[in-house]
Amino acid sequence: MNTLEKYNKVFSESLELNIDQLSGLQYQGTALWDSVGHMTLVAAIEDEFDIMLETDDIIDFSSYEKGKTILTNSYGIEF
Amino acid sequence: MELSSNLLTGKVAIITGCNRGIGKGILKCFAEQGAIIYAVVRLEGSLDDFAETTSVIPCYMDITESKSIKDLILRIKKEQGRLDILVNNAGVMQDAILGMITDSQIKNTFDVNVFAMINMIQYAVKLMTRQKSGSIINMTSIMGVNGNSGQIVYSASKGAVISLTKSAAKELASQNIRVNAIAPGIIETDLLKNLSGEMYNEKISKVGMRRVGKPIDIAGTTLFLASDLSNYVTGQIIGVDGSMSV
Repeated sequence: MNTLEKYNKVFSESLELNIDQLSGLQYQGTALWDSVGHMTLVAAIEDEFDIMLETDDIIDFSSYEKGKTILTNSYGIEF
Repeated sequence: MELSSNLLTGKVAIITGCNRGIGKGILKCFAEQGAIIYAVVRLEGSLDDFAETTSVIPCYMDITESKSIKDLILRIKKEQGRLDILVNNAGVMQDAILGMITDSQIKNTFDVNVFAMINMIQYAVKLMTRQKSGSIINMTSIMGVNGNSGQIVYSASKGAVISLTKSAAKELASQNIRVNAIAPGIIETDLLKNLSGEMYNEKISKVGMRRVGKPIDIAGTTLFLASDLSNYVTGQIIGVDGSMSV
């Protein structure tokens, strides 16, 4: 499984969405991506990529695409 | 007082500020009860001797540095895969009356007593949330409950600890994470030993039980809150003060 597939899997499982629903997805754009769901999603991403996100990055993590940017720029995870 | 059972066998704990006084008492108690303890202190080497014969892992760091806290939690995640107990004991107390309170005193007191505590909780919860369990114990003070002349900054910081404890308890209850605080009265420490006989007696006169508390008195209550004995206790501020009046 490549990095993008792992990222998509975490998103789809945490937010109970199909892969084709992820592109363009924003925070609070689906029922399960509320503040509690956000922390669940963050925990799943941290486990999957063996990292711990900074608080500022957790707050900035406002969309599916933004998450990829943060992981690449701040944690060296290439997609 | 001896506490002979193994109430914390296999549990992973962080204790901050535990190289002397109340913190050292909690550290000894938890070690006797079988916990795996990450002992957070500032003074390099101050727990090396103690760690040789116990399940204590010294972590020399400054809790006001956010990165140090993050690195500690990452280390525990890698080494233990879980965190069961957080005891936020580290604190500073600098007395000053109105007119003599400096900006740096306010900043330093709140940095250690409040902001670092919030940060520590925030990162610890990352592990506790995954396992859907945990106990957080914050050290406040009887001065945080009642206030005290000459201790405006200190009592304000400890009052903040009470508020954040109650809020965190509400926020984390659904995750089965308990958050409580202990409010000690006068406890036997090095500072108390330096008081004159007259001053010592004056302090004792304010305590209903007519004795100062010992670190083990605080450790016993901390053990109760850390263990499964208090599974249904959260959001409480427990005074351990021998019926002291301020």
